[in-house]
Amino acid sequence: MKRFVTAAAVSAAALLGTTAYTQAAEVEVIHWWTSGGEQAAVSVFASEFEARTEHTWLDTAIAGGENARAATMQRILGGDAPGAAQFNPGRQYEELIEAGLLLDLTELAESEGWRDFMRPPSTMAACDVDGQVWCVPVNIHSWNWAWASIPVFEAAGVEMPTSFAEFLEAAPAIQEAGYIPFAIGGEGWQINGAFGVVQTSIIGLDNREAILNGKDLDLARELMPEVFETFRSFKPFTDEGSANRNWNDTTNLVVTDQAALQIMGDWARGEFAVAGEVAGEDYECLALPLASPTVSTGGDIFLFPKQGDPDVEAAQLEMASMMVSPQVQALFNNAKGSMPIRGDVDMSLADACMQKGLAIIEDEANIQVDAQRWLTEDTNAQMNDLIAEFWATDMSVEDAVNSYVSILENAD
Amino acid sequence: MTDQAISSPAAGMATDVAGPAGPKPKRLTASRVGVYAFLIIAALFFLIPLWVMIVTSLKTLPEIRLGNLFNWPSDLTFDPWIKAWTTACTGRDCDGISPGFWNSVKITVPSVILSVFLAALNGYALSFWKYRGSELFFGLLMFGAFVPYQVVIYPLIIAFREIGIFATLPGIIILHSIFGMPILTLLFRNFFGSLPGELFRAARVDGAGFWQIFVMIMLPMSVPITIVAIILQVTGIWNDFLFGVVFAGRPNMPMTVQLNNIVTTTTGIREYNVNMAATILTALVPLAVYFISGKWFVRGIAAGAVKG
Amino acid sequence: MAQRRWRLSSLQAIIGTIPLIGVSVGVFVICIIFSILWSFTSSKLFPNFDWVGFENYDRLWQTSRWIVSVQNIWLFGVLSIVGNMVFGYVLAVFMDQRIRMEDTFRSIFLYPFAMSLVVTGLVWQWMMDPNLGVQAAMQNLGLEWFRFAPLTDANTAIYGVIVAGIWQGTGVTMAILLAGLRGVDQEIWKAAKVDGIPNWRTYLFIALPMMRGAIATAFVLQCVGVVRVYDLIIALTQGGPGIATQMPAVFVIQHITNRQNVGMGMAAAAMMLAPIIVLIAIRALVMWRAAAQEKRAAKLAIAAEERERLEAAGIAAPVAAE
Repeated sequence: MKRFVTAAAVSAAALLGTTAYTQAAEVEVIHWWTSGGEQAAVSVFASEFEARTEHTWLDTAIAGGENARAATMQRILGGDAPGAAQFNPGRQYEELIEAGLLLDLTELAESEGWRDFMRPPSTMAACDVDGQVWCVPVNIHSWNWAWASIPVFEAAGVEMPTSFAEFLEAAPAIQEAGYIPFAIGGEGWQINGAFGVVQTSIIGLDNREAILNGKDLDLARELMPEVFETFRSFKPFTDEGSANRNWNDTTNLVVTDQAALQIMGDWARGEFAVAGEVAGEDYECLALPLASPTVSTGGDIFLFPKQGDPDVEAAQLEMASMMVSPQVQALFNNAKGSMPIRGDVDMSLADACMQKGLAIIEDEANIQVDAQRWLTEDTNAQMNDLIAEFWATDMSVEDAVNSYVSILENAD
Repeated sequence: MTDQAISSPAAGMATDVAGPAGPKPKRLTASRVGVYAFLIIAALFFLIPLWVMIVTSLKTLPEIRLGNLFNWPSDLTFDPWIKAWTTACTGRDCDGISPGFWNSVKITVPSVILSVFLAALNGYALSFWKYRGSELFFGLLMFGAFVPYQVVIYPLIIAFREIGIFATLPGIIILHSIFGMPILTLLFRNFFGSLPGELFRAARVDGAGFWQIFVMIMLPMSVPITIVAIILQVTGIWNDFLFGVVFAGRPNMPMTVQLNNIVTTTTGIREYNVNMAATILTALVPLAVYFISGKWFVRGIAAGAVKG
Repeated sequence: MAQRRWRLSSLQAIIGTIPLIGVSVGVFVICIIFSILWSFTSSKLFPNFDWVGFENYDRLWQTSRWIVSVQNIWLFGVLSIVGNMVFGYVLAVFMDQRIRMEDTFRSIFLYPFAMSLVVTGLVWQWMMDPNLGVQAAMQNLGLEWFRFAPLTDANTAIYGVIVAGIWQGTGVTMAILLAGLRGVDQEIWKAAKVDGIPNWRTYLFIALPMMRGAIATAFVLQCVGVVRVYDLIIALTQGGPGIATQMPAVFVIQHITNRQNVGMGMAAAAMMLAPIIVLIAIRALVMWRAAAQEKRAAKLAIAAEERERLEAAGIAAPVAAE
C-alpha cells in the first residue's frame, strides 16, 4: 500500500517535472452521488484522496445526472470549471474533448498501464479517444438483470423461467394467482432499459452492434419487428399503476411479493438489501439474457476540466491515479455496489448477485457495450421517446420500426 | 386587526378594518355558515397533500412501503425530521439541509429587495411617466417573461463571465432581479394604472418630482401589491435551484441544492419520510413570509383608502 | 416653461427606467436574437455558428413528441387558466367576507406554491395512484365504483396534471385578485348596498370589471406559467405515459441541456415565441394608438393645470432650473 502511494505520487509529480514536491491544492469535484449508499462510496474517494495526497477534495454534490452534467457544462462555459466532474461513459463529453477543455491524462494512463489492467476493454475505450486518454472510468453498472420474487413464483406454481418466452408463457398463471407478472415503472429510462435487454436477448450482441454501431438499416428492418412485438407482449402482464411509478417503487413490488419479475439494473440489489431480503431465498437475481448471460457496461467516469493552474493540474492527476488504484477500487465498489474496472481487486465482500456478475464480466464475449457509447445523447433520447410512446400507446409495430430506422438513419 | 376605522360599508363600527369589502355580518347566519363551509372544503382540498406529507414524514420506511397513504403512522417517529435537518447525506457531507440555510437567506433577501424595488419603480414610471418608447420597452420585457429561462442561459453565462460576476453573490442577485423583472413590473404597472390619476396630478401641481412622488406617495399606497410581489419573489428565489447551482458559486450554494440532493436520486434508495420532512422544512421560510405578510395585506388597504 | 419642466422630469423617468431598458433590450432582446440565430445552426453541446438553414425546423415538425407537446399546451393552457381564474376569484370573494382567521386561510391556499415541486409532485403521483391513493382509499370505504387515477392512462393524464397545477397555482391567483378587490373603491360598495344590489351581483358585475389590472396581471401570470410549464410535468409524469403529457418547454429545456442539441432546442424555443410575437404585436399596435390619443389629452390637461397654477401663484419663475 505504502509503496503504491509513493509510486503514484512520484509518477504524478514526474509528469509535471516538479520533482520534489507539489503544492497542496483544492480540487472541486462535481458528482451526483447523494443518497446513502452513494455517499459512502464518494467518501471513499474523498478520504483516500486526502489521505494519500496533501490536497483537499471540495465536494459539490448535485443530485440527478442531468442537473450535475448541466451544471458542469455551464460552469465550464462560465470560466468556473470544477476540478473533476462525473459523467456517464459515452458521447456526452466528446465536444468537451474536441474543444480542448479537458486535461489530457494520456501520460498518466500510459505510465500506469491503464490500457492493460482495465477490463473489459470497452470500459477503457470510453475514455480512450484517438489514442489519447481523457477520463477515468471508475465502475461498471450492468442493466442486464431481472429480479424475481421466489415466493410469488412458488405461490403461482410456476418454475423460474429460463427464457423470456418461457416467462411469457407462465405469466397468465401468475396473473391468475393474483400477482403482477411483470413489474415496470413509467419512466422513459426504465422502459427503454427493459427494451434494450429484450433486444439483446432476441437478436444477440453481434446484430445489436451492427444495428446500433454499424447503423445497418436493412438489418434493423429485418430484426427489429420481432423485438418490438415481443416487447409489447409484456404489456398485458403489467398492472394499472405502472404508468407512473419510480423504479424503486416498482422494485418494492417484487420485494413485498406483489409482483413476480422486474427488469432493472444491478442497483436494484440495494432495495432488497435494505428490506433484509436474501438472494436465493427471498428473491432471485437473473442475469440476462437468461440463455447466455451478459453484462452491460454502464457506469461512471470522471473527467478533469483544464484549470490553467499547474498545482491544481498536478492534484487532478493524482486524483485520477487514486481512483483507479486497486485498493481504492475495492473499497469504492464495495460501497457503491458496482463492479470494479479492473479484475485484480478483492471483491470477496460482494454478495451472491454481484459475484455472478463478476464471473460473467471476465469473458469478453459476454459484454454488452452500452448504446450510449455509439449514439449521441440526442439519438438516444429520440429512441427513448419512441419506445416510451410505443409502450404507452397502440402504435403499430410497423410504424415503430420505421421510426426506429429513421432515427438511426439520421443519427450522427 | 386593530387598524383605525376608515371608510367602510358598515360605518359606525369603531373596530372595523378597512380591508374586506363584503358586508359585516352581525351574527351567524345561514350564508355565514355557507361561507365557512366553502372555505373549509376548499382548504381541505389544499391540505390533503400536506397531510400525506406530514404523516409520511412521521412513518418509518417499512410502514411507508405498506401503502396506507392517508393513515396516521402506527409507529410514530420524529427521526426523519431530525435526519433531514442535521444528518441526511447531501454528498460527501452528511449535515442535512441546515448548512445552506444562511446561503439561501443571503441570496433571497437582497434579491427580493432589489427586484421588488426595481419593479415598483418601473411600474410607476410606466404608469405615470410614459415617454416615447417606454411602452416598447415594456412590451419587450413582457416578451422576455414567456421565454423559458434555459433558453437565455448561455448568453447570460458568457456575459456574466465577461463582466466578472459569474459564480458570485452579486451575480446571482442581479440574475434574480433580471428574471423577476417582467412579471413584477407587470404587477406594479397594472396596480398603479388602476389608481386614480388625480392623485398623481395633484402631487405634480404641488411641485413634486419623479422621485418624490414615487417615495412619498406611490410606495406607501402600493402595499397590497408589494406583498403579492414579495410572495412571488420569496417563493421563486427561495425555491430556485437552477440558477443557484450555477450562478451563485460554490460557497453560496442555496439550500435547495441540499434539498434536491436529499430528495432526488436515480439509482439510490429513496427515503420518502426524510424527503417529506426536508421539503416541509425548506418551505417554512416562504410560509412564514405568507403568514406574516397577511397583516400588512389588510393594513395596506387602509393606506390605500386615502384615495377614497 | 411647463413643457420644459415636463421634459426634465421625463428625463428622470428615463433615468429611473434604465434597469428596465437594460434588461428588456440588453438581456431579453439580445438573448432572443441569439436563440433565433442558434436555431439555424448545428449547435450541439455548446452554441456555435455552423449554419444549417431550416434543418432543425424540418426535424422539429416531424417529431411526434413536439406535435403532441403543441397540442397539449393548448388544452392544458385553456383548462388550467380557466380553472385557476374561476376558482381563484371564488376563493378571493369568499376570503373577502370578513372571515375569521383570514391569515390562516390565505396561508393554506398559498402553501402549495411555497413547496418544492419535486416532492409535492411525488405526493400527487401517489394520490393519483390507483393502488395507493384516493381511489384505493375510497374503495376501501366501500365505494367500489370510485375511479380517480388519471395519470395511468395516456388519454386522461393531462387532466391529472391540470388538477395538480390548479392546486399549486390557485393560491397566487387568489392573492392577486384579493389585492384587486381591496383596491376597489369603498364608495362603490356603499352605493351598491344603497341600491339594494345583491352581493353576488356586485362582485360579478361591478367589482370584477373594476379590477381589470388585477385580472390582467393574474391572467398574464397564468399564461407565463403555462408557456413555461416544466417542473410540474417533470415532477408528476415526466411527460408520460409515453409522450402523452409532453410540453414545449420540457422539449426545449431537455434539448438544450441533457440531450445536447442546442440548435434543435432553440428552434423549438423560437416556435414557442412565434404566437407570442403575434399577440404582442397586436397589443403594441393597440397600445400605440391609445397612447397617442392619451398623450394628446394629457398635454392639454397639463398645459391647463400649469396655467391655472401660475395664475394662482401670480408668478412665472422657472421651476426646474437646476
